[in-house]
Amino acid sequence: MNGYNGKILRVNLREKTVKVEDINTHDAERFIGGRGLGSKILLDEIDPKVDALSPDNKLIVITGPLTGAPVPTGGRYMVVTKSPLSGTVASSNSGGYWGAEFKATGYDAIIIEDKSEKPVYINIEDDKVEIRDGEHLWGKLVSETTKALKTAHGEKAKVLTIGPAGEKLSNIAAIINDEDRAAGRSGVGAVMGSKNLKAIVVKGSKKTNVYDEEKLKEVVSKLNKQIKEDGVTGTGLPAYGTAILVNIINENGVFPTHNFQTSQFDKAEEISGETLANDHLIKRTACYRCPIGCGRYVRIHDSEGGGPEYETIWAFGSNCGISDIKAIIDANFWCNEYGLDTISTGATLAAAMELREKGYIKEEDLAGPDLKFGNTEAIIYWTQKMGSREGFGHKLGMGSYRLCESYGAPELSMSVKKLEIPAYDPRAIQGQGVQYATSNRGGCHVRGYLISPEILGSPVKLDRFALEGKAQWAKTFQDLTAAIDSLGLCLFSSFAFSADDYAELYNAVTGSQHTGESLIGAGERIYNLERVFNLKAGIDGSYDTLPKRLLEEEIAEGPSKGNVTKLSVLLPEYYELRGWVDGAPTEEKLESLGL
Amino acid sequence: MDIKVKLFAYLREGRDKVVLLDMNEGDTIKKAVKILNIDPKEISILLINGRDANIDSILVQGDTVSIFPPVGGG
Repeated sequence: MNGYNGKILRVNLREKTVKVEDINTHDAERFIGGRGLGSKILLDEIDPKVDALSPDNKLIVITGPLTGAPVPTGGRYMVVTKSPLSGTVASSNSGGYWGAEFKATGYDAIIIEDKSEKPVYINIEDDKVEIRDGEHLWGKLVSETTKALKTAHGEKAKVLTIGPAGEKLSNIAAIINDEDRAAGRSGVGAVMGSKNLKAIVVKGSKKTNVYDEEKLKEVVSKLNKQIKEDGVTGTGLPAYGTAILVNIINENGVFPTHNFQTSQFDKAEEISGETLANDHLIKRTACYRCPIGCGRYVRIHDSEGGGPEYETIWAFGSNCGISDIKAIIDANFWCNEYGLDTISTGATLAAAMELREKGYIKEEDLAGPDLKFGNTEAIIYWTQKMGSREGFGHKLGMGSYRLCESYGAPELSMSVKKLEIPAYDPRAIQGQGVQYATSNRGGCHVRGYLISPEILGSPVKLDRFALEGKAQWAKTFQDLTAAIDSLGLCLFSSFAFSADDYAELYNAVTGSQHTGESLIGAGERIYNLERVFNLKAGIDGSYDTLPKRLLEEEIAEGPSKGNVTKLSVLLPEYYELRGWVDGAPTEEKLESLGL
Repeated sequence: MDIKVKLFAYLREGRDKVVLLDMNEGDTIKKAVKILNIDPKEISILLINGRDANIDSILVQGDTVSIFPPVGGG
């Protein structure tokens, strides 16, 4: 099979069995791979109502047909499972090198079932698949685990692991690969921890088969040129990484500050991409076959490691009132070590700071640095305690919604479907607002990055305050993103590629006959499939909303003053475009998509 | 009239982060860009007081102009 290995591994951790199965080619055609095919397998194999941390949930780690292929940014893999944080379908994707290495072992996906009695890890070296004792790794930080497993299996081996946060079932635990790349969101690390699975080590020697080598070379050459010539992928991201967004988002007055109480941070310059590049950057880093290289490798004090992304800088920075970039870099290091999602960790700390400010959390509850906006000591200390789930850190590790709810103030959690909203105040970016509200996994910017047209002017510049056309933009971006996530490519390629470009790549690798339009159509099928999972899990249209603050409290000052997200106007239009009634696809809609 | 111009990313190379200009009534961003010796092709996003603007937008006393080259992320 071109693009695919055609094989799936099924590992049962209770029975300690490993089976090799053929991929369902009909489903692969309809749902592409990665996020799409993973969601189809999940919906087919689990009851969406299961407790996400019970043995009945499954953890699916899956590549796309372009993962590991000789194509730009083709290194992504996806973790698909039911989220313990949101109760929705979770699909978190990550870059680095693990995904391509896993594909090279000869499998497209691994389905992990049930739960091991004792901690284990899985080692895959081409056809050899072993479930090995992992007790010596349990409790270890991500860098320690990675080092130990590379010592055991060789430097070429790539390691995907959880940290202590996943072991201790934090709802905001991530899965980390290659030490500092994260399948970050939705608490996928806790699902892995609930199965007593510490790590998956891979080492492969197989190449992805390509349908038309000559055509692929031609398409790749054209697309590499587009990446180089595009201002964002060719110049901006390589030079400054995603952190370059700090100043532009702040200048627009949509940089959430103090848990979204205000929308501009007077010390943004101190935590900007420019400051990070000038004062701390050692080198840029790139994922598998990525000509962009947006990754940062940074130094503070005597430590070096992966640097913070824009959303991480926001979460621990303005949102917690912190202007010390070194403290943010440090917090990011600790998130990688403990295996925590940086967005949800910073956002939960910001929510705790507002709870503290309003008197819900008392000083005596803490037994540690005071959770006050601007306290740098607090973000480092409490990030570590969230990771180890000690003391008040245990409560913080539940995520912001459950934390705020426990004090009777769930409205102070800036989340959608209990997943924390990142880094862009949707009150003055209307398309992003309806996208956040309707995202199948909850408050997420990478389910449809409307920031691109509404703020950055790519592919065209839209008026961020306008409502007209925004529901359609949200739907199109969500559908195209679902397709990109299913192919196994990085979303950043979309700054330089059109839908037709993706279709050309996909066709050259697999021999399929897609157009840009039909690829977006496949994305729509995937989006609806995820929605069906959510509905069966009990997450209906009533969850397609935003925190009260964003719907009712106008931005108080700055260039975005006086705005709220006008969801009551946007949502009905969005549902109509989707062919949904009250957030649920109609029978006709499902039939038209072949679902 | 007094105009504050804020520069970002590599537009800062060889220039200050913030430049104060004394300009005339009716001047546009184009003139400010010329004074600062910035190639308009390098500009991706222009804001006046945090709101979308373009190269022909007319400036008024006290305006702050923010100039960005192509940037992105997410």
